[in-house]
Amino acid sequence: MRISTFVTSVAATLLLTASASAQTVGVTDTSIKIGNTNPYSGPASVYSSIGKTIVAYFKAVNADGGINGRTIDLISLDDSYSPPRTVEQVRKLVEQEKVAFLFQTLGTPTNSAIHRYVNAKKVPHIFVATGASKWGQPEKYPWTIGYQPTYDVEGGIYANYALANVKNPKIAILFQNDDYGKDYRDGFLQGLGDRADELVVKMLPYEVTDPTIDSQILELAASGANVFFNITIPKFAAQAIKKSCEINWKPLHLLNNVSSSVKSTLVPAGLECSKGLITAQFMKDPTDPQWADSAGFKEWSAWMEKNMPNADRGDILYAYAYNVSKLLHMMLNGCDDLSRPGIMACATNLKDVELPMLIPGIKVNTSPTDFYPIEAEQLSEFDGEKWVLFGDVIDLSR
Amino acid sequence: MELFLQLTLAGLAIGSIYSCVALSVVMVYQASDHFNFAQGEMAMFSTYIAWTFLGMGAPIWLSFVLAVALSFLAGVVIERLLVKPVEDAPILNQIMVFIGLLVIFNNMAGWIWEFTIKPFPSLFPADFGFKSSLIGPHHMGVIGLTLLVLLLVFCFFRFTRVGLAMRAAAANPDSARLVGVSVGWMLALGWGLAAAIGAVGGILVAPIVYLEPNMMAGVLLYGFAGALLGGITSPGGAVLGGLIIGVLENWVGGYVPGGSELKLTFALILIIAVLLFKPAGLFGRVVVKRV
Repeated sequence: MRISTFVTSVAATLLLTASASAQTVGVTDTSIKIGNTNPYSGPASVYSSIGKTIVAYFKAVNADGGINGRTIDLISLDDSYSPPRTVEQVRKLVEQEKVAFLFQTLGTPTNSAIHRYVNAKKVPHIFVATGASKWGQPEKYPWTIGYQPTYDVEGGIYANYALANVKNPKIAILFQNDDYGKDYRDGFLQGLGDRADELVVKMLPYEVTDPTIDSQILELAASGANVFFNITIPKFAAQAIKKSCEINWKPLHLLNNVSSSVKSTLVPAGLECSKGLITAQFMKDPTDPQWADSAGFKEWSAWMEKNMPNADRGDILYAYAYNVSKLLHMMLNGCDDLSRPGIMACATNLKDVELPMLIPGIKVNTSPTDFYPIEAEQLSEFDGEKWVLFGDVIDLSR
Repeated sequence: MELFLQLTLAGLAIGSIYSCVALSVVMVYQASDHFNFAQGEMAMFSTYIAWTFLGMGAPIWLSFVLAVALSFLAGVVIERLLVKPVEDAPILNQIMVFIGLLVIFNNMAGWIWEFTIKPFPSLFPADFGFKSSLIGPHHMGVIGLTLLVLLLVFCFFRFTRVGLAMRAAAANPDSARLVGVSVGWMLALGWGLAAAIGAVGGILVAPIVYLEPNMMAGVLLYGFAGALLGGITSPGGAVLGGLIIGVLENWVGGYVPGGSELKLTFALILIIAVLLFKPAGLFGRVVVKRV
């Protein structure tokens, strides 16, 4: 008994000193240094709107006096979506700039490249901008936490929906040939259960370098499928919707959330052709008229008007970035212990946090064993003008 | 059978666009003996120019003509300002210039017009009078217009004095200079034509793949394959090469098991095979260089 008390107190002392020394990294009484990587150039530069918004957000926070008297020193570096460059930039952030933690580093391959490194260095790697499922492993990677609903779970939602709503489903799948596409595909197949082999009549991949996916669509249509799970990024999603419309193939069309933006996908594809699409959503699509009067939309819109007046507000990424920045803002605001373990503790103890651009009823929840902040989505169907939500918010917490 | 026809026709349409790119690659190669890696990005930029005219309210065909004309001028200017000064520089320097152009055009487009995809209207009416589930009206128009462009280019080289002078400048610069042809300007003209043809390709492909700064990256690769297959020295061969690649690519995707994963691999294998076994391509002439 006495020995164990002794051990505990020694351990406690050690922990205290550890946290006291850790507290100095990147945090002073007047500032917090945060690192971020984003593809400002290269093939994924469409996501640079996220980086720009995050930077603008904390600039505005600083102009208002910072967080608890500390200004936010956010360093956002370009990694061109190239994993080796991400490694280089993150090393620079951690070892030279000595940031307190990393926030919203973007991309699945890029984050995979620094996953081990940041965990070995014990640098909090918070709210990464990717929907892969591997960011929620508290035992193996206690310093990395995800943000958005994961692709595999969303895939499962579509599988359940197809099974429940289509008699004798014959399923065609088109997926991007990488981690993102396979996560969605595997979640979907898992959702179909034992009958997956028999139900899926055709499954085709495409590469991001393909100029068009016309031939894939022709083949999928020729398989006679009556359900089509479309796992593609906006450009190819629009092509797929347009092409299947052109050749008059009308299956139950399940569109992954990645490409659900009305402006970036459905308008280019043609609104008439987009009628009847089904997707699962967790965010308010800024181009969807039904949100125009909601308080959250107004808050975001006013912020955009003030801080990024020239940005195209139809781009959902601005709303995405505003949400996650606000989440970090609120988290830091309520965080007393700004040591690295302390920051991690704050990130993993969020309870029912509501964000302005989340669909009503969807909240952020984390715990020391649950590293998936947003785990709910709601199905919706496109009516030719906007997404119409139906059913309940589906909570996917595991 | 329906699937076969659909695949083939879609292949011909996208192949036509590869042809345009292949043709412009060949034009530049003829003029300055190099692959212009920025050809695709220049075409993409031209398409944005057309899109800008559209946004200002110009009708689609007028935007098309203006964009193609401006691209021609831009091609000439680029040759004069950027390519000519490195004419005698080592080959690596020249390649750096082309790669530099590629990156500059790509990022400039993203910076000016953002990276989100934009719908681009078709040059052709949605209704040609008959409807078919085998091929859409735009795809049909693409094939027709490409053939027309090819015909024009052919006539230009065959029947005009400038065309003859350009051929002379490419085939034998020294003799051409002796008979009074301004070789330098002929090369610039070649660049201009290449840029103009590229612009046609860009504007034709945009309604299918949507307008965005990276839209030509994949197309350029297949265009290269087409140019090499047809013969890098033969404009007609390049067009045919592009068409063949487009159709084969679709057939491979459609009929070879696991083929849609192999489409790009297939194009690359074709490039390597041509270079190994028939470097002059199907229709090119064998170039013998004195050293």
